[in-house]
Amino acid sequence: MSTVSMHNQRKVYGETLLAVGKENPNIVACDADLSKSTMSYMFGNSFPERFFEMGIAEANMISFAAGLSLTGKIPFVHSFAVFASGRPYDQIRVSVCLGRLNVKIIGSSTGLSDFGDGSTHQSVEDVSLMRSIPNMTVLSPVDGIEVEKMVRKMVEYNGPVYLRVNRNDLPDVFDENETFEIGRSYVVRDGNDAVIFATGVMISKALEAAEELGKDGVSVRVVNVSTLKPVDEEQLRTLSHGARVVVTAEEHSLIGGLASIVTYALRGLAIPIVPIGIQDSFGQSALSYDELLVHYGLTAENIKKSVKEAIK
Amino acid sequence: MTIERLSQKARSMRRSIVRMVGVGKAGHLGGSLSITDVVAALYFSKMKLDKNNPRWEKRDYFLLSKGHAALAQYAALAEIGYFSENELDHVKSLESMLQGHPDMSKTPGVEANTGSLGQGLSIACGIAAGLKIDKSNRQVYCVVGDGELDEGQIWEAAMAASFYKLDNLTAILDNNGLMATGVIAERFDSSPLPEKWRSFGWWVHEIDGHAIKSILEALEEADKVKGQPKMIIAHTVKGKGIPFAENQPAFHNGILTQEQYELALQELGE
Repeated sequence: MSTVSMHNQRKVYGETLLAVGKENPNIVACDADLSKSTMSYMFGNSFPERFFEMGIAEANMISFAAGLSLTGKIPFVHSFAVFASGRPYDQIRVSVCLGRLNVKIIGSSTGLSDFGDGSTHQSVEDVSLMRSIPNMTVLSPVDGIEVEKMVRKMVEYNGPVYLRVNRNDLPDVFDENETFEIGRSYVVRDGNDAVIFATGVMISKALEAAEELGKDGVSVRVVNVSTLKPVDEEQLRTLSHGARVVVTAEEHSLIGGLASIVTYALRGLAIPIVPIGIQDSFGQSALSYDELLVHYGLTAENIKKSVKEAIK
Repeated sequence: MTIERLSQKARSMRRSIVRMVGVGKAGHLGGSLSITDVVAALYFSKMKLDKNNPRWEKRDYFLLSKGHAALAQYAALAEIGYFSENELDHVKSLESMLQGHPDMSKTPGVEANTGSLGQGLSIACGIAAGLKIDKSNRQVYCVVGDGELDEGQIWEAAMAASFYKLDNLTAILDNNGLMATGVIAERFDSSPLPEKWRSFGWWVHEIDGHAIKSILEALEEADKVKGQPKMIIAHTVKGKGIPFAENQPAFHNGILTQEQYELALQELGE
């Protein structure tokens, strides 16, 4: 295989926010003392009058952003995913989503990607929490290319959005020439024996597994489900048609994330579904991201094994 | 509007509040009556608004952080004419435009969704900050409950407002001294209030929250303050205007009997 090009999602995020900020004077940003991690500092340095350091006070930050949006601003609100979703859950629910306000919440260092900081800083429930709130849109980009397209779409879209951003360098997958549409899933590799629905970092693991399976004569379709709400159930059903097994792969709890989405979407279809994700448990510290992914079974090897066992 | 006329408005609002609480069903009577005079002074004298257009782009903002006192706001909005007074008979009914707590999507004149305590003041700060970016001279008024001060978010907002010098924000604290279960000072004492707010960087002024003249004067005084957010601590009586309900925690979200209902309207001059 040729050398894979890599990008850091949060760096691309920071650059994109700055770029859209130059184009649209209504864009404002808030951060809770993590701007150097979330990369919102890039916007803050260029537009100090439109950047609000909100201190380590996430509840106020979310409701404050709701207020900003009521004056026609488009606030992008940043923290680590745990502190941007679970901690101010009720503020997101009542201040933002109940009135369907135009607030964009950036859950940075999502999943296990903040490997060293351990369970307090790792979010394996954010998708579940955010999906459960009416009016919320939930996005989970595969790579830097998709991050850029998503941020631009978030500016166009009028309503609350939660964006999951990984902390580490990830391989480029998303087609540069493809348009990102909220609610649409993307086939990144085609095949007909098995379908892997994956999201975020697990797409590259799924592609690795598909490559290996291909050598063994198993043809695998890999689908990037990057909008986790709203979901085009019909598209997921169509993409599953004829497959002997469906595998879901996510860096998130099996409760309320992609496994729940796909299982529900394919209800009534006679296709076995194998969910790969984090069992009902918290994360923990590790010295590298990969070490954690392996520990929780979020590997190409595991995906490959699941497909093989199902279709033998 | 003259002070006498404003007092009449407040009295009329109190009657509407009793009408909305009705007979035999729970309603947030006490806390709605304690802020009635403040709300009347804001809507009928102080705030810039367009009687024909609740979304008028130059209007001042009113946020009811203590959202459970929505009945006082509904009474004012109906009086202005943003919706028919008949709607007041359907408060909290299924599909009603008047929800148990203020809902911006359903009620003309409601600016945000409040009532999950602690959030309204933060929203008010965000609006004030947005107006500052636009160099607008529109003002933001926010009514906060004293029980609500237990919420940590209030103090997060207090710090943010003073850090960002939100002098276009005036909060009015409904200091009736009671929370749902009883006397605040005996349960979770949040005093000393003026000292706390001053130490958070706010201009503080204390008034009798039922003296229309004092309310108006305090709001005028607040206009002169630059460079910091303003807090008017309004000393109020929960249940004000209905003697049997005054200072009674039971009427926080209480039920009126037919006899009490009639007596209440009688007290309010009907």
